[in-house]
Amino acid sequence: MTSTNERVLPSSVAARAAKPAPIRMTGAQAVVRSLEELGADSVFGLLGGAILPIYDALFDSQKVRHILVRHEQGAGHAAEGYASVSGRVGVAMVTSGPGATNLTTAIADAYMDSVPLVAITGQVNAPLIGTDAFQEADIVGATMPIVKHSFLIKDGAEIPERMAEAFHIASTGRPGPVLVDIAKSAQNQQIDFSWPPRMNLPGYRPITRPHSRQVREAARLLATASRPVLYVGGGAIRSGAAEVLRTLVDLSGAAVVTTLMARGAVPDSHPQHCGMPGMHGSVAAVAAMQRADLLIALGARFDDRVTGDLKTFAPGAVVVHADIDPAEISKNRRADVPIVGDLKQTIAELNVALSAAHEQYGKPDLGAWWRQLDELRSTYPLGWTDTEDGRMAPQHVIKRLGEIVGPDGVYVSGVGQHQMWAAQFIRYERPNAWLNSGGLGTMGYSIPAAMGAKVGAPDREVWSVDGDGSFQMTNQELATCVLNDIPIKVALINNSSLGMVRQWQTLFYDGRYSHTELETGYGSRNVPDFVKLADAYGAVGLRCESVKCVDETIAKAREIDDVPVVIDFVVSRDAMVWPMVPAGLSNDQIQYARGLTPDFSTDD
Amino acid sequence: MARHTLSVLVENTPGVLARVAGLFARRAFNIHSLAVGPTEHETISRMTVVVDAEDLPLEQVTKQLNKLINVIKIVQLEPEASVQRELLMVKVRADDSSRTAVLQVVELFRAHVVDVVPDAVTIEAVGGDSKLKALLAALEPYGIKEIVQSGVVAISRGSRSLTDRAERSLRTA
Repeated sequence: MTSTNERVLPSSVAARAAKPAPIRMTGAQAVVRSLEELGADSVFGLLGGAILPIYDALFDSQKVRHILVRHEQGAGHAAEGYASVSGRVGVAMVTSGPGATNLTTAIADAYMDSVPLVAITGQVNAPLIGTDAFQEADIVGATMPIVKHSFLIKDGAEIPERMAEAFHIASTGRPGPVLVDIAKSAQNQQIDFSWPPRMNLPGYRPITRPHSRQVREAARLLATASRPVLYVGGGAIRSGAAEVLRTLVDLSGAAVVTTLMARGAVPDSHPQHCGMPGMHGSVAAVAAMQRADLLIALGARFDDRVTGDLKTFAPGAVVVHADIDPAEISKNRRADVPIVGDLKQTIAELNVALSAAHEQYGKPDLGAWWRQLDELRSTYPLGWTDTEDGRMAPQHVIKRLGEIVGPDGVYVSGVGQHQMWAAQFIRYERPNAWLNSGGLGTMGYSIPAAMGAKVGAPDREVWSVDGDGSFQMTNQELATCVLNDIPIKVALINNSSLGMVRQWQTLFYDGRYSHTELETGYGSRNVPDFVKLADAYGAVGLRCESVKCVDETIAKAREIDDVPVVIDFVVSRDAMVWPMVPAGLSNDQIQYARGLTPDFSTDD
Repeated sequence: MARHTLSVLVENTPGVLARVAGLFARRAFNIHSLAVGPTEHETISRMTVVVDAEDLPLEQVTKQLNKLINVIKIVQLEPEASVQRELLMVKVRADDSSRTAVLQVVELFRAHVVDVVPDAVTIEAVGGDSKLKALLAALEPYGIKEIVQSGVVAISRGSRSLTDRAERSLRTA
């Protein structure tokens, strides 16, 4: 099995190594040795009975750094953060039963957002499987719908081969999570270890080379369209396509939108960048897609949060859909020109074809298109109005954070309003600077993912932009950060509530705030006190309650680089995320602010 | 909704049936029947899946199936270009007064009696969907006590083999 993908893949590392004579060792030692051979320098995990042999072997490893988390979900998200920031495979390792089930949320998250993740779980002794043994769970069965692939290893001799296959599958094609469930008896078994093993995956042949005729057709369309939009998705980040994409943007002159998963794939400062599309996208981005005569989807999947009501989405657009996963093509919106292939390679070939098309058809005149879009951009810029309670606007905090820390930082959000504001108001200039849980929408992602990101990119300033709801789901990993010298910084946007849900209650449930108050912010019982909580963990806790102290508190946090810092930004609970396309409605019904729908149906 | 027959070659590994069946369930595709068994190659099993789906959802089924790592190859078998059979066993009430009539039906449909007791016969029949339905209709008046039926198995007409090339890709992988 070979891959034309240019990223350094574990399989190619394996293929280069010379094959020495087999060495006798235990299955557990073989797991650790395989991790070393595959270049896994960091593993996040939490042990228990069924994975004890592997941890015993790990004790002797000089090459694998193990970071002991406080909850298995944290291990999974940390591995995701590590993978997302570095483009390498993230590894999480946990015990059987509850250890494994605790990991499932992170596995599902990695599945939805195409994160290369290898999850290693201990399993009860092979003869006990199926007997409802202590801490037994059929984790291969339970995770079947949310993994790219999974293995149950009962014979220790399979370990090197399965480990190599797991890393290969996780990192090639459309990346995703692979589960390796290893019976304790297989870990204790004596085996002959040799490397590299021979992989046997007859049914796994990701298509990386795009079809050249389709690429030429896409180029022809792009050279002749009068209202073209490049709809850039997370695949652009995962395939490392930012550089070739930039060339395509410049060469085509087309409007560009970057989805939630693609923020930073094209610099926000680029004049053709119209912002994020979708439910909380910019008016210009949403309108551009609605009025486009050509939509070129690049590693995007026409998610319902982007398209709104599918029937009325981009009604006049011819669709070119480029993706590594054939099953994404025409899944939601029929593609007129399907292109299956590695996105980096596809765009590189499209650039060549587009130059040729320009020679043949001339460069399109996009003047009228840009006049429309520029008017939308100037009439409906992203912004906010202060709330009536006189409290600090969360948007201000996030905007200032992005301006002060700058594009070199890594921003990792939880899920909710703060996530949307962080996607809107921080300017991203490079890929892998923005990490979030887009598909699954996993609250609690931020703290462990930021921890993993800091491990994967230790020289970067890593900021968790978290909400008080999300933070309380996984903040136990602050202990992990403190004890393992992983100095992340946390901008806690504390609006004392499950803010996004509260926003929907405001808009769609007559302000009946059923169970969204968390009592962590102003005028509440303050449980927990986040500054004291940070302090209890051995981190530094700071608090800022007004616009006046935002800059200085961020500056203070940036001076501390030996321990994690948590800033409790106490903000208004009434702030809302705008613009918004209410769920299920047409994108034409986007509201710029409450009750204000731009009328862009008549001009044209 | 149109009915389609898919032949799916899969690696002969544990859990592969669960993966395929689970995929149909969670993507909300309706399986009419599923039959699985060995092939002439010990490393490959073959599933025959009959699904009810429009063309576009069918394309999704095929693509999603192809994403399963253990799935090697999928071919849609057109009714005209393939032979499709299922096995039926049916237990019918038959005493001295009705046995002769029942046996006549068996003969008409080229079915076989596989078990006889004084008050019943068990009949085995192989055929396509319409033949088996007609046989059951003919037996109905005598009193059907029990039915068991296999899923459809199907094979293409002509000399080409589905597994040949799959086996080669197995070797070169």
